[in-house]
Amino acid sequence: MKKKTKDQLITIGSIAVLYLIVQILVKTGNMSSLMQGLLVPMCTYSLVAIGLNLCVGYLGELSIGHAGFMCVGAFAGAFCTKVLQGTIENGTLLFVFALFAGILAAALSGFLIGVPVLRLRGDYLAIVTLAFGEIIKNIINVLYVAKDGNGWHFAISDAKSMSLAEDSVWLINGAKGITKVPRLSGFTAGIILIVIALFVVYNLVNSRSGRAVMAIRDNRIAAESVGINITKYKLMAFTISAAIAGAGGVLYAHNLSTLTATPANFGYNMSIMILVFVVLGGIGSFRGSIIAAVLLTLLPEMLRGLSDYRMLIYSIVLILMMLFNWAPKCIVWRQRLAARFQKKTTKEAV
Amino acid sequence: MKKALSVVLTAAMAVSLAACGNDGGNAAGTTDAAAGGAAAESTESGAADAGNAAEADNGADAGSGAAAGEAFKIGGIGPITGDAALYGTAVMNAAQIAVDEINAAGGINGYPIEFKFEDDQHDAEKSVNAYNSLKDWGMQVLMGTVTTTPCVAVADMTAADGMFQLTPSASSTDVIANDNVFQICFTDPNQGAKSAQYIAENGLAEKVAVIYNSSDVYSSGIEETFIAEAEAQGLTVVADEAFTNDSKTDFSTQLQAAQSAGADLVFLPFYYTEASTVLKQADGMGYDPIFFGVDGMDGILGVENFDTSLAEGVMLLTPFAADADDEATQAFVAKYEAAYGSTPIQFAADAYDAIYAIKLAMETAGVTPDMSVSDMGSALSEAMPNITLDGLTGEGMSWEATGEVSKAPMAVVIKDGAYTAM
Repeated sequence: MKKKTKDQLITIGSIAVLYLIVQILVKTGNMSSLMQGLLVPMCTYSLVAIGLNLCVGYLGELSIGHAGFMCVGAFAGAFCTKVLQGTIENGTLLFVFALFAGILAAALSGFLIGVPVLRLRGDYLAIVTLAFGEIIKNIINVLYVAKDGNGWHFAISDAKSMSLAEDSVWLINGAKGITKVPRLSGFTAGIILIVIALFVVYNLVNSRSGRAVMAIRDNRIAAESVGINITKYKLMAFTISAAIAGAGGVLYAHNLSTLTATPANFGYNMSIMILVFVVLGGIGSFRGSIIAAVLLTLLPEMLRGLSDYRMLIYSIVLILMMLFNWAPKCIVWRQRLAARFQKKTTKEAV
Repeated sequence: MKKALSVVLTAAMAVSLAACGNDGGNAAGTTDAAAGGAAAESTESGAADAGNAAEADNGADAGSGAAAGEAFKIGGIGPITGDAALYGTAVMNAAQIAVDEINAAGGINGYPIEFKFEDDQHDAEKSVNAYNSLKDWGMQVLMGTVTTTPCVAVADMTAADGMFQLTPSASSTDVIANDNVFQICFTDPNQGAKSAQYIAENGLAEKVAVIYNSSDVYSSGIEETFIAEAEAQGLTVVADEAFTNDSKTDFSTQLQAAQSAGADLVFLPFYYTEASTVLKQADGMGYDPIFFGVDGMDGILGVENFDTSLAEGVMLLTPFAADADDEATQAFVAKYEAAYGSTPIQFAADAYDAIYAIKLAMETAGVTPDMSVSDMGSALSEAMPNITLDGLTGEGMSWEATGEVSKAPMAVVIKDGAYTAM
């Protein structure tokens, strides 16, 4: 078996094992409510981190607007659910439709942004995605969509101009966002999505297209000289990256009954947080992204006992983790430690 | 090397999961023991030997079980870090005062209260985490959450668990969509309408300008009803200017629009942080209309580096004024100032009333700590419409079965750097 395939199997295998462990803990009632509540957010952020890692690690382009794609996915998914709620009774089917809507919307917005920006050289994608994330949040905050006996009503100024009938139902109510979204997300759905996302990105990275993407990342001129269509491959990788983030958004939207676009959940702070997951887990390592996303989602909740010092300790731990992972001295120290450990085990084996 | 590291991290994750599993186990253990403890207690009043037998049965767990079974566990959720921290902190402090008072006076139905407050940073997802964390602690009644958007998410969770929830200050109508949730504060539509009525009835102004935060649920909710009611009351709304969370540092455009339209009252239905900026900039432009705020404006005197003289003459509609003459308010303010070194804002008073409302509902329903969360929840939800509370934020407060409160609104004006009743 090739080393790469083995590595991928280890990742997917350990996810499956962790899934089983969690399911057993939940079924036997050995898992706290806090942990159970965190399962879906962990999956959400892992997904978005996988998406961003494809963009940062393989495409070599910095995106600081992945929360924006997540936001598009979340709102498109929740909107789809609200519209279909009356016609489709089955929750799973409803969620699958929402997923399609969310992924499609996020991919489309990724594509539209990519078309002009990915033709440019330099860090323009970072700037444009940052702007996109902020714009989308503001657009959603002024968007009013309602349905009543006379049909659909849209407005982008205020609710009063819509002259709604008595029986109107709000779908998106400006800053109030979408309320009463049925809670269809679950841990199982999250894990399935992660495995599918991993399957997609692993296959992409190891395919002909993936090699083309990496060739562009490593040397654009050389790649161009052998006839690789730069814009096409860049656009493909970026669109897939946005689509995966959109799937994360759909998962997020169906986990809480209220969905609003605030700076806390879809602002650039969240985009940076996702970037932190990617950098901390190791650029180009999907498994690392998942581990980092899970640990950093858990950490602030585990530190609740420290009350007032919680956020302070959280940042300190973040700095320490970053140093442990990336400081040159620390890498040398870790290698020495690993070498000693290996020597010991070989001695014992002899 | 990479592999070794990932193994270590996975192991760490597994350990943390297992550790949480243990926590859960303990929690389950204590609830079991709680039932046992309650059994032991009921026998205490009866035959002594039966009590001994129960104790022997419970074994080692009996000690902790009895301790857990003898107290009501009330949880609180709100932002104590981040943008809205002032509100969460006020609620936490005031609720603690109320809990200490009740415990000193013998508790509820003879049982003491345990109170625990968790941070949610004004974010729906974090709020649900805080709720789950409190559930693990054994919370039976929730006093929270402080802010609206998180409250809608948490209200859905409490409805699923059948837990009784009383929010001191989350004011949207979505919050009380479920039967188990009640409010201490006015709903947003109510605040907007009451403000317009107050301005019209007291003849404060004829030309009114509104500046509001269109990306905030609370602010846009109030703005909507204020404008509708203002027109009904014969006021002229000459300017209706919006800003968003991303553009809340510069209000000169909105203020200029209000000034050039000749508004003699500017209605500011948003939080105090932005309001302090508005007041500063209005002063810089030499524009001096009446500024009228709602309960989110409360706390403006506590903003750091803010020249409180700028807030002179600002009016706000709030059910609580720290310098009111009545005995209850004065006792509360004295206690709060002694314990935390600052003047309590309206949110603090709301929280104080919330704890007493829970106490009254518990006494009316006759609940005991050994009841299950959902039994207690439905008993309290039934009791709520039947109680009348004389609290800090209103005399004779009563509740509809929908969860809405009815009490008289009150306006205060800032005079000499203090909130003064009008």
